[in-house]
Amino acid sequence: MNTTPRTHTLVARAAALACACVISLGATAADRFPRPEFEGGYAYPTVANPHPASSAWTYIDTAVLLAALLVTAHLVLRRRSRAGITAMTLFSIAYFGFWRRGCVCSVGSVQNVALAICDRTYGIPFAVLGFFLLPLACALLFGRVFCAAVCPLGAVQDVVVLRPVAVPRWLAHALGMLPYVYLGIAVVMAATGALFPVCRFDPFVSFFRLNGPAGILVLGALFIVLGMFVGRPYCRFACPYGVVLGWLSRLSKWHATITPDECIQCRLCENACPFGAINKPTQAETAEPRGKELRRLVLLLAALPVLIAGGGWLGSRAGKPLSRAHPDVQLALQLDAEERGAVDRMTLQTEAFRATGTPMAAAYADARKIERQFVTGGWFIGAFVGLSLGARLIGFALRRRREDYEPDRGTCFSCGRCFSYCPRERLRRTSLTTTSGTHAPA
Amino acid sequence: MSDGNRKTRVSRRKLLRGGLGAAAVAALGGVAGILAPRGRTPRMVWQLDPLKCTQCGQCATKCVLTPSAVKCVHAFDVCGYCELCGGYHQPNAKNLDTAAENRLCPTNAIVRRFVDDPYYEYTIDESLCIGCAKCVKGCTSFGNGSLYLQVRHDRCMNCNECAIAKACPANAFSRVPAETPYIFKGELGRK
Repeated sequence: MNTTPRTHTLVARAAALACACVISLGATAADRFPRPEFEGGYAYPTVANPHPASSAWTYIDTAVLLAALLVTAHLVLRRRSRAGITAMTLFSIAYFGFWRRGCVCSVGSVQNVALAICDRTYGIPFAVLGFFLLPLACALLFGRVFCAAVCPLGAVQDVVVLRPVAVPRWLAHALGMLPYVYLGIAVVMAATGALFPVCRFDPFVSFFRLNGPAGILVLGALFIVLGMFVGRPYCRFACPYGVVLGWLSRLSKWHATITPDECIQCRLCENACPFGAINKPTQAETAEPRGKELRRLVLLLAALPVLIAGGGWLGSRAGKPLSRAHPDVQLALQLDAEERGAVDRMTLQTEAFRATGTPMAAAYADARKIERQFVTGGWFIGAFVGLSLGARLIGFALRRRREDYEPDRGTCFSCGRCFSYCPRERLRRTSLTTTSGTHAPA
Repeated sequence: MSDGNRKTRVSRRKLLRGGLGAAAVAALGGVAGILAPRGRTPRMVWQLDPLKCTQCGQCATKCVLTPSAVKCVHAFDVCGYCELCGGYHQPNAKNLDTAAENRLCPTNAIVRRFVDDPYYEYTIDESLCIGCAKCVKGCTSFGNGSLYLQVRHDRCMNCNECAIAKACPANAFSRVPAETPYIFKGELGRK
């Protein structure tokens, strides 16, 4: 038989492989074949191991964020320039969106902060802390200028507002409770280490990356299409960070105004806001008698603890189902189902867990601990939503005297659309162009 | 309602606003004060430990990117340069050649090149690799384990929360310092 040395080696190697197969059942360290000694100067191919983008970027991003916030505040409060704000919006889509690929973002940073507070071993990157704090500090000073033109998620929705319909006030208020629920769930999920839902279900980040799970891309497309007819649906009815921004904006030192100087009650701006954030003057004739109002207020104040406790109880009931989002709980449930024979196939997770040889009891104990954390967290979510709902109802019941058309400080995004509707603003602009060289009145 | 009454009412509201504003400043300052000392100074990026990896195949499907940022890399100094390669050939391959029916890689991302009798060199074409770990499983089970998975940092978005890390059954993913972003097998990569 004419066998070349090569086939000999092949047979030998096949035999070695067969042996290796048998050995490999027990072996984990793999050094089954000797390294060849090449004749004729073989050199290993070089493999490039690309380094991650420089960490300088995180500092650049934070600096750009601060600069963008200050520029937007200037455009909103001083220049009152909608064109300028639109330019900033486009810049944010380009820079924070497409160039930096939508990550890191302030909206998601809520979760990092929640995790860092609850888990002492988690070190929060400074850029993330900056992205969390800077827009909030600016909201306390200038209102929601972050939403106006800096947030890439808001910016994307702002440029697609085509034919906004007015959402009925009761519906807007009801849907406006959703961000509170989302914020509560996101904080609890992040703090227990289950997942970061705001990042996972961010509808626009896949759009910025032009890549992502199909479901999220579809969700993003739905929000964009919806956003053509309902102004900024994610910002108003989902964004968890907007909740905190809204609180601080209510307390802001300065805030965008519709008129540059005085309101002449011309009602021209009444329908200017696509986001329903303009408050009308209160009408003296429709005011209810004071006694009735007071009684309602007392009733609501008494109902507040009931709302908090009831919400907390409901939330704690939801804790256990919510805990299923945690991978460790999923693992324990699957292990339990396998042990009971309820399922006939192991998952990748249980297979890997069984391979580690950790006792089942450890997995069960871990899952029970997380479940308890979720029940506590559920109390927190429910009580928080109950408190927010109560505070909102009390806000309605409070008599508030308003003589002028004003932006609602909590929900106004400071986008500047209403400026040009105001005849006083038109006067200001004409006076600016005729007496060129002077600056806008503060 | 008298004028004086209204005046006190306004100042009460002002007081409330001022108090809440001060509380908000204190809260923001508190968050900054608590978290800044615990801040993470070295930048961290995601990476997977090839020794923990069980080649489950989820790196290809769970990454937010398509194709995944996880790719197969080759530690040439660990490789045996076998003609019958557990990472290249189907377990029941009829012939040890480059024919499609004999190959394991679903995207033809492994390039096989004859070097020196009887040795063959296997290189990864990263533009084709989807990180499915089929070859890694073959090489780890039957060979030297020179093929292994790594997060490639020219592609990785360094997500706030890595979707593969959450799904990984072996907990092989962790954050590593950005200065040493790879966990190499063999000595070659470390140089």
